Amino acid sequence: MNDQDRITLPPVGAQRTDMTCHFCIVGCGYHVYKWPEGTEGGRAPTENALGLDFRKQLPVLTVAPRPTMTNIVTDRNGSRHNIMIIPDQNCVVNNGLNSTRGSKMASYMYNANSLTRDRLLNPRLYIGNQWVDTDWDNAMRIYAGVVKRTLDKDGPDGLVFSAFDHGGAGGGFENTWASGKLMFTALQTQMVRIHNRPAYNSECHASREMGIGELNNSYEDAELADVLIAVGTSAYEAQTNYFLNFWLPNLQGATNTKKKKQFPGETIPTTRIIFVDPRRTSSIAAAEHAAGTDNVLHLDIQPGTDTALFNGLFTYVVEQGWIDRDFINQHTNGFDEAVKANRMSLDETSKITGISVEKLQKAAEWAYRPKASGQLPRTMHAYEKGIIWGNDNYLIQAALVDLVLATRNVGRRGTGVVRMGGHQEGYARPPYPGKRKIDIDQELIRGKGRVMTWWGCNGFQTSNNSHALREAVMRRSQIVKDAILKARRSTEAQLVDAIYEATGKGGLFIASINLYPTMLAEAAHLLLPAAHAGETNLTSMNGERRMRLSQKFMDPPGSAMADSLIAAKIANTLKSAYQAEGNAAMVNRFSGFDWRTEEDAFNDGFRQAGQPGANKIDSQGGDTGNLVTYERLRAAGNNGVQLPVKSYTSGKLVGTEMLYADSKFDTPDGKARFKPARWNGLPQTVERQKKKYRFWINNGRYNEVWQTAYHDQYNDFVKKRYPMAYIELNQSDAKELGVSAGDIVEVFNDFGSTFAMAYPSKDIKPNHTFMMFGYINGIQGDVTTDWTDRNVVPYYKGTWANLRKVGSMDSYKRDISFKDRLYA
Amino acid sequence: MTDNTITRRTFLKLSGSSVAATAAVVATPATAAGKNAPVPDTSRTLLPYPRHSVAPITQFTQGKPVSFNYPDASSPCLAVKLGVPAPGGVGPDKDIVAYSILCTHMGCPLAFDSGSNTFKCACHYSMYDAEKNGQMIIGQATEDQPRIRLSYDEKSGQIAALGIDGMLFGRQANIL
Repeated sequence: MNDQDRITLPPVGAQRTDMTCHFCIVGCGYHVYKWPEGTEGGRAPTENALGLDFRKQLPVLTVAPRPTMTNIVTDRNGSRHNIMIIPDQNCVVNNGLNSTRGSKMASYMYNANSLTRDRLLNPRLYIGNQWVDTDWDNAMRIYAGVVKRTLDKDGPDGLVFSAFDHGGAGGGFENTWASGKLMFTALQTQMVRIHNRPAYNSECHASREMGIGELNNSYEDAELADVLIAVGTSAYEAQTNYFLNFWLPNLQGATNTKKKKQFPGETIPTTRIIFVDPRRTSSIAAAEHAAGTDNVLHLDIQPGTDTALFNGLFTYVVEQGWIDRDFINQHTNGFDEAVKANRMSLDETSKITGISVEKLQKAAEWAYRPKASGQLPRTMHAYEKGIIWGNDNYLIQAALVDLVLATRNVGRRGTGVVRMGGHQEGYARPPYPGKRKIDIDQELIRGKGRVMTWWGCNGFQTSNNSHALREAVMRRSQIVKDAILKARRSTEAQLVDAIYEATGKGGLFIASINLYPTMLAEAAHLLLPAAHAGETNLTSMNGERRMRLSQKFMDPPGSAMADSLIAAKIANTLKSAYQAEGNAAMVNRFSGFDWRTEEDAFNDGFRQAGQPGANKIDSQGGDTGNLVTYERLRAAGNNGVQLPVKSYTSGKLVGTEMLYADSKFDTPDGKARFKPARWNGLPQTVERQKKKYRFWINNGRYNEVWQTAYHDQYNDFVKKRYPMAYIELNQSDAKELGVSAGDIVEVFNDFGSTFAMAYPSKDIKPNHTFMMFGYINGIQGDVTTDWTDRNVVPYYKGTWANLRKVGSMDSYKRDISFKDRLYA
Repeated sequence: MTDNTITRRTFLKLSGSSVAATAAVVATPATAAGKNAPVPDTSRTLLPYPRHSVAPITQFTQGKPVSFNYPDASSPCLAVKLGVPAPGGVGPDKDIVAYSILCTHMGCPLAFDSGSNTFKCACHYSMYDAEKNGQMIIGQATEDQPRIRLSYDEKSGQIAALGIDGMLFGRQANIL
């Protein structure tokens, strides 16, 4: 229970800046108010910066401040300030709505007397048996020293990274560029994996190869669609305000006028929604409430059978003629081959997916049968981790996009085949310096690599096969720890020697660049303190490619700094070392990091893509990124601009609402490519676990917690609810196992074991479970297999395990609600 | 800076440098404020919650919530007999609790579901458990639902509201 009973109001004239929520991909707009501690606004609307009348009860749906939206921060000059971070009513993304994640942003800014007190303030070095603080110069000489020794003696393959590649917290165009330039241009290492998967790869290979980027529509299209299809995504929990502010109004019929205006002469049917998910989710329950159960169809497929489902529907709509022949002929290639390869009867589809033929037909009729007015329905296909972390990411996506192309549900308003996304995006990097995709985790397990840097991510909590990864990393870390302990009292150079030598004996020198120590501190030898949104200027884009600038409004704590400037510090330290040796070639490689601010990094990367004379840059801003400046983004505020930018006209950045509106796709000939996607069953590794163990261990994100809980683990509101990862299991299964709510169970299979808190539920099917992914206390990835698809994308959603009761926690049973999370 | 707004830090600084200055500072407010000016009561850190009668115990049966307003007419609340003892529960069975029914997310009215003893918001699907201190089961608020502190007088059988744990929606402070 929150113990605060009043709020300090911002006075009239308080500084106000813009901030995009740095948690989920939706990127809701917020305003940040900052004013000196010891001053405050009054209750009359003329006395506070919000212009609200607090002399009486505010009306329902007012954007009103909550205690969690406030904090007190200290700048480096010692001045103390109140802050309030409150939703922006005029932001087109959220219109004043806040999720349970975003409205905690203020609480998650650094304040030594608050839940953020564990932030890393200064570099921290493990001297064999304890952590000590040190300064950046000392930290850099040790880190860069070991890196240089490795680079000089073994080449870049000894330098391993696991790094963010995204926007939002811990990301942003500035930081992806700076870290990318360091890893790919300066160090030139291929030994890099992305924060949530074991290789450097895309999560949407198939779609991209077919000529369709995965973020191809606007959030508004979810308001304009006749039918929404949600595949392996629960937007209420994972993209909350996209769901609440766009999907719900459409499901409630509130956007019909808009549709009529936009699509004259077209029938506007009652909006319907189809969910593809083995699990009944909170989003399904909410959609039923909004649209009525008659307008919601739940295709509760057998885990891992999505490819068969889309192939069955594809075959059926082709047979029925519910496709756009002209579009297929003029703007695509490979249709006939796909029809042949993907062919599957509804009977067979039903057998594999477990969905009745009747339901399959109903889905096809809703989504693809031409409307009374003759046009094909506008059906938006949204997908996320159910596919991305599904059974063969590449094949499922191909099968889905085949269906979408045939029915022309891309490039028309009210359609789109889009991933829903996790965090915001913000990619601008030199090309990856290799051709093969390397499973970095397996390399580490096999003893490869000398220096491992986890950058803005936490592989201990978010890897597949994480039990084996942690075991190997801890063992290898200890070899270096022992060497450091022995080298006490030695000079920096001697310490570097000792560490390097230990890495030749199976040791692994480990650095983590992060906001908090995280679980990685158990293995690391060096922690470098980073900054996040609000402490540094940061640009990112959301799931409709809407780019905004989150403005810096306070200093980072201690000597923490933006990741872009940490990258520069590392590069410049190495440059100096090579200068001292007179090695001009290496000096040249480590040049180009003379940045004073994060804006310098932004101008060096995002804005240089496609510019004459610039090296190749893979940027989500494309070749028109140069039109974007911090100044122009500040003017664009929380509505920003949708990338790619078309022009800068009359003082405004003009963006792109929908990709492929001209039916020109991202292929050399501009035609989209159908891709054969023959159903191939479960991978053998997974099939073995399925045969051997009883329970399907589904897993994923849940509404109240962001990612690895790096902030949330310190928040009592969250920790009281989820002191450890919960696992939902069917009530009858629980009874059979002698497990009741609040008991602790072990989840185990051939790959590892973990613990979880039992949360029996009537909604989940027998022999199915759902466990929180990536949590701090009970790591689901410990039982995920090491299987990956051809692009080294894991199948996080596909593992089977057994459960056994190991204990029972009185406080869990007493304090935690185990009631149904689905709205009824 | 006037003397009666002097900060603690300045006060300590002054007192460290000169005893005379300290004496002057301490002496000043009384003379500056004058004899008849009202002296604000700074002894209390709690809001002045009123005591309101809610209903006699006889009115409570399980599944039939009792509506009341607290701490003022614009703050609707619901008192319920849960049938199971709960944190903050009063009455012979320690099972009568009360909550504000404005969802702290955006102020939508919460409906009480007596089958599950939960409060539900139809605007954004937040749900709170009345048996667990108003814990958010799922939803978009950042706090558990504010609970009204109750008392039960055995002699008169009256249930009364005494205060609030948590902050009501749409206010600068719980007391307007």
